[in-house]
Amino acid sequence: MGPVLQIERCTKYFGGLRAVCNFDIVVNEGDLAGLIGPNGAGKTTVFNMVTGLYTMTEGDVLFDGQSIVGMEPHKIAQMGISRTFQNIRLFQNLSVLDNVRIAYHTHVGYSLADSIWRSAKYEKGERELTEQAQEFLAVFNLADRQDEFAKNLPYGEQRRLEIARALATNPRLLLLDEPAAGMNPKEVATLMELIHFIRDRFKLTILLIEHQMRVVMGICEHITVMDFGEVIARGTAEQIQNNPKVIEAYLGRGAAAGLGGAHNAA
Amino acid sequence: MKKNRFQFLGLSWRFWVVAIVIYAVVQVLFSTNVINDYMKTVIQLGCVMAIVSLGLNLIYGFNGQFSLGQWGFYAIGAYASADITYRYASKVSLPLDLGFATFDIGQTGIYIVAIAIGTILAGVIAYLFGLPVLKLGSDYFGIATLGFTIVVKVLADNSDTILPFPEMKGARGMVGIPRLTTLFWSFFLLVLAIAILRNLLNSSTGRAIVSVREDEIAAKSMGIDVVKYKNLSFVVGGMFAGLAGGIYAHLYAFLHPSLFNFIKSFDPMIIIVFGGLGSITGTIVAGFGWALSLEVLRIILPAGAETWRFIIYPVALLLIMLLRPRGLLGGVEWGFLKPKVWPQRKEDQTAKVEAAPQEAV
Repeated sequence: MGPVLQIERCTKYFGGLRAVCNFDIVVNEGDLAGLIGPNGAGKTTVFNMVTGLYTMTEGDVLFDGQSIVGMEPHKIAQMGISRTFQNIRLFQNLSVLDNVRIAYHTHVGYSLADSIWRSAKYEKGERELTEQAQEFLAVFNLADRQDEFAKNLPYGEQRRLEIARALATNPRLLLLDEPAAGMNPKEVATLMELIHFIRDRFKLTILLIEHQMRVVMGICEHITVMDFGEVIARGTAEQIQNNPKVIEAYLGRGAAAGLGGAHNAA
Repeated sequence: MKKNRFQFLGLSWRFWVVAIVIYAVVQVLFSTNVINDYMKTVIQLGCVMAIVSLGLNLIYGFNGQFSLGQWGFYAIGAYASADITYRYASKVSLPLDLGFATFDIGQTGIYIVAIAIGTILAGVIAYLFGLPVLKLGSDYFGIATLGFTIVVKVLADNSDTILPFPEMKGARGMVGIPRLTTLFWSFFLLVLAIAILRNLLNSSTGRAIVSVREDEIAAKSMGIDVVKYKNLSFVVGGMFAGLAGGIYAHLYAFLHPSLFNFIKSFDPMIIIVFGGLGSITGTIVAGFGWALSLEVLRIILPAGAETWRFIIYPVALLLIMLLRPRGLLGGVEWGFLKPKVWPQRKEDQTAKVEAAPQEAV
């Protein structure tokens, strides 16, 4: 049960802007960890560096003890890191089924020649692949939507499809970028259940970014708080809730003083 | 079960029967002089345009890379295969008398070899050119490929001076190419191109190609090697152009650099946009429509008014864009081109499904 993901002293500059500075985090196998912070704190930048979309200015990322800095995004994905996006990025003009089948691409058992020639291997591979994709859709209650365009799904289902697609790559580490964004409280509640469910069913390690305190506090076992690109607090939900620095980052200095005073008095 | 039925390239016997019947009907119409020699050439030109445009549709319609280089690869395929038959076709003549007709095995053999070499050469050059250039963003890629077409045209202009091919005769135009393209070859090479494209697209590789068009960043995050699939579709698309070039060269038996002018590189682009991006059916229909209407209008329009054709086409394109923004047949495919429809999974494993939280949306 060693660490799956270790980020060490990671720093990112965009020109003169320091987006992330000396960021550290350790996510252990089976963890459900949260990364929170106000807007512009650098959370998504961290995700983009882990998945290889951005190259970091300084620092190191270890996945299973192996450095993945400088690797291409698709290689990192093939190693077992999968993600969702803050603004949903589905393959909009493709069917729901195809969205999931694309994620299976790296596990396909037939070659290009097989598909041109339509060999028996192609037929078999295509059937297996489709059945597996359909199983994922069934798990996410999207089985009856398989032939619809992804863009025609309602918002909540698009979110679920994106998570299903991320899981279809067979990852060990799942990065969820604001999965509850734009959801109403009821949807948020089912989403929280869903995240717990997939962690247990697929034996995953999950790191999620979230804005809504309710979500993070409700499901994350370890929380890291960022502000202005730096880590300002770590701990369990309770420790974070009572941390004056966190309150200050979210609510401002005056509020922090007031709440801190109240806390002390209590 | 399905296993026992005849299939070739994944297409059922019905498809092949229909293909052969269409070919036979056109051939008979030609033999009985219902279709004259001129119209027969125009029909074959339709096949050529359809193949070039199918290649471009793979690159732009399915993979999302705006390329104006298709015409350059077409020129490469045409000149390369023409040069081979020009040199060797007369030396390998091997006529075979079948009694009712003569058939030249040697010439047909060299024709196929020449076309294959032209196709492969276009593919190799597409690979080498695409390697650095496909890294560019969409508009820059379009400009770079336009530059490629211009370079090829200039090289064709100077093929007898800069390049060591005096027989291509540079800007004077290459003559003396054996007229080896027959209706049979143009038709069945088109059928082959359609079958290959269909099988490529309705596979995991094809879905990866389309995912690059849909969202590159998401594709990368799903483990798809975006550069690899851009290269693959550019090479296959370029090979289609090379194949069409080879057929064309042996159809008119005359090649002139002005045929490969960059202005012409917009022709296949117009065909695929008109027919529908991402529609194989639309490309075939528009490719034939393009070739046939150019000639039919030449006949119908009063003398001196032929130039109006080049007003009619842009207006038609404008109308299509206004009335059917996805193209004439955008999103429409003939049955045999459609991906297999998989029945929805029956909810038999209810326990598993119940386990996932239901969402009240």
